[in-house]
Amino acid sequence: MTNELLLMDGYGIYVWSAFIFTLLSFLSLYVIVKIQHTKEKKKFIAKFGTLNLEKASFAKSQSAIKEILSNSSYI
Amino acid sequence: MFKFFEPNKIFSITSRAPKYVIILFIVVLTIGLIESLILSPEDYKQSHSVRIMYVHVPAAWISLGIFSGITLLSILGYIFKIKNFFLISKSLAPSGFIFNLIALVTGSIWGKPTWGTWWAWDARITSMLILALFYFLYLLAWRIYDNKDQVYKITSIITILGIINVPITKYSVDWWNTLHQPASINILSKSSIHSSMLFPLLIMTAAFALFSLLIFLMKYNTELIKIKNKGLDRL
Repeated sequence: MTNELLLMDGYGIYVWSAFIFTLLSFLSLYVIVKIQHTKEKKKFIAKFGTLNLEKASFAKSQSAIKEILSNSSYI
Repeated sequence: MFKFFEPNKIFSITSRAPKYVIILFIVVLTIGLIESLILSPEDYKQSHSVRIMYVHVPAAWISLGIFSGITLLSILGYIFKIKNFFLISKSLAPSGFIFNLIALVTGSIWGKPTWGTWWAWDARITSMLILALFYFLYLLAWRIYDNKDQVYKITSIITILGIINVPITKYSVDWWNTLHQPASINILSKSSIHSSMLFPLLIMTAAFALFSLLIFLMKYNTELIKIKNKGLDRL
């Protein structure tokens, strides 16, 4: 059963390489986008940390900024 | 209606949705892989190599669909001056490009046991390669140009030129004698594919669509955080 699934009458090399290429492409794109997302979030947190109290409270009143801060594990 | 597309309104959705979408994607992909690699029957002519169809066809469909969507959004964005449409297009492009590459590579792998060659300058394959070039130019334009008005204009031109290639890709197998087989699935007429093969194909298409939704949500959220970063600089 396992051999049959792996070899697929000689077509296994083609079938498995097509599926593995697809899954690796998915994983690569996901990792790249995740890294970009984390980088921008870190940059945001660093910039937010340099704001004075007045500017920080003004920024915090904006819904999107509140969302970024609440979803972040850096603060 | 366009107010729905305001970045701030979508921000909370794009922040929370990915964790649910990724779970759904993994579940649907697992079912799709079991169906396409184990449960679906082999073809009477192509034997097990037909299983490559379950990754090749959904990837080709989605890459063509995303390019059409990007073009529509770019045109609407340009006409109605809605910058957010360009942001949505920009966030859709990476997954469209990856699906295009998957369609080309898996098509090439499928070609070897079926036609005896990895590559042929056939109308369908060549037009898919041209589509990949348009995707590449589109993504490159966003990287090269800093001026927003300039990048909106250039990316719109790239998509308008590229969309001409989409119907050529779709109908190339009907218009010319090609190595590539004609479409087995037709929305308007009876499909020639058996339900035992159609079911895994649709499941895999759903999984691929969920993956592109996941990447879109993450990428769009990243773009919005970039805008917020610039906003903090101005405070």
